[in-house]
Amino acid sequence: MSKKFWEILPQGAVVLEAGSSAKFKTGTWRSMRPKWIEENCIQCMFCWMYCPDMSVKVNAEGKREDFDYDYCKGCGICALECPGKKGNKAIVMEEEGK
Amino acid sequence: MGKIVAVTGNEACAYALKQINPDVCAAYPITPATDLMQRFSGYVSNGQVDTELVLVESEHSAMSACIGAAAAGGRVATATSSQGLALMWEMLYIAAGTRLPIVMPLVNRALSAPLNIHGDHSDGMGARDTGWIQIYSENAQEAYDNLVQSFRIAEHLEIRVPAMVCMDGFIVSHSIERVEYIDDADVKNFVGKFQAVHPLLDLEHPKSYGPLILADLYHEYKRAQHEVMTKVSGVVLEVAAEFEKMTGRKYGLFEEYRLEDAEIAIVVMSSAAGTTKDIIDQYRDKGVKVGLLKPRMFRPFPFTQVAEALKHVKAIAVLDRADSFGGYGPLFSEIAGAVMSMDHKPAMINKIFGLGGRDYLPDQAEQVIDELIKIAKTGKVEAIKEYIGVRE
Repeated sequence: MSKKFWEILPQGAVVLEAGSSAKFKTGTWRSMRPKWIEENCIQCMFCWMYCPDMSVKVNAEGKREDFDYDYCKGCGICALECPGKKGNKAIVMEEEGK
Repeated sequence: MGKIVAVTGNEACAYALKQINPDVCAAYPITPATDLMQRFSGYVSNGQVDTELVLVESEHSAMSACIGAAAAGGRVATATSSQGLALMWEMLYIAAGTRLPIVMPLVNRALSAPLNIHGDHSDGMGARDTGWIQIYSENAQEAYDNLVQSFRIAEHLEIRVPAMVCMDGFIVSHSIERVEYIDDADVKNFVGKFQAVHPLLDLEHPKSYGPLILADLYHEYKRAQHEVMTKVSGVVLEVAAEFEKMTGRKYGLFEEYRLEDAEIAIVVMSSAAGTTKDIIDQYRDKGVKVGLLKPRMFRPFPFTQVAEALKHVKAIAVLDRADSFGGYGPLFSEIAGAVMSMDHKPAMINKIFGLGGRDYLPDQAEQVIDELIKIAKTGKVEAIKEYIGVRE
């Protein structure tokens, strides 16, 4: 006998798969997009520290790389906190889709 | 054979918890359930149980701690009353939706305002839609027996639903009655070893509890939750049959008292059923064919079975020890729902009685039966909902 759709749901909505949140992309509702300007970056890691969602990627050498846009919601905290190089911001916010 | 003792309802329930020895118990004392947890905490401090007793700062935290402990993989119990249950409200839904088999004696008490500590069913009725199994007890013996059975019911692998075992505040919780205890070994054997489903403490198999489920799946989860509740009756009867084998005491989804050939019937839950039975006996002696239906399992409500049991009566009075302001009493609504499926619908009246611990007196039962006799004769109902035992 084939089961109805709601009969195969896990009991109590318990998620039995570890790390499944990685599959849930949460960057889709972003309206503003942070842009990284590498030449202005002093690798201070303020953006990495302030990002509420781990959207600032850091490589094995400990250097900052470009944003992970799958999870960035465009809150702009990184751009606000970025000291830049001699007053020139390394992160600026742009309108999404432009 | 167990021993026969003279104890209060609270004492009997605390003793049942001692015999069951749950892994975790998180509780916040509230009258009239205070005494139950106080006695149980005595067992904990005397080393008679090895339960982890979590002393929290509110009932909301008590239920939250119970949910955490149950998700971790423990057998969990707590107890509460009235405002305490009301404060647990949002967590009750989470316990049920997450399918955690927590067991909770509920010592029924009125809800504020005005502040009142005495027995009525307002608290239990407020929690009727939370997805918990609700079992009501007439006296201390039933409260004790139901509590022992409720662990087996809630933890049954086919259902896994939390259960509350209700008894009337003070009337049962604080009155001393004759109670027959089951032997410790028999209780232990009856409830068995707890089997956790997806315990969080199983570190080899990581998992997440409490995900966000939006419009794409929530509807299906609720449909599934209802389906689980349709299986509860079967489990309750299965457990009751085993319990009867052990103790000789028989339980069903509801009790029928002289109902088989009755022409008129009273439906009432908990302690008031005892008084009603006495008056029914008196009227039976006079040749009046009156019977009683005492619901035991209120949630899920056994609609079809109740309809079958009441199908031959001409008039029914449903006595509610709780009110739904601007609506009929909660029990009346259920019985009306059950009657919906009948071909010949009996006349029905609803009486609200005993609020805030007001005594339910034999003459009130007489008054109701007299009215039912009249209704059965004439077929006329004057007022569907009325308050009895109220100062006019």
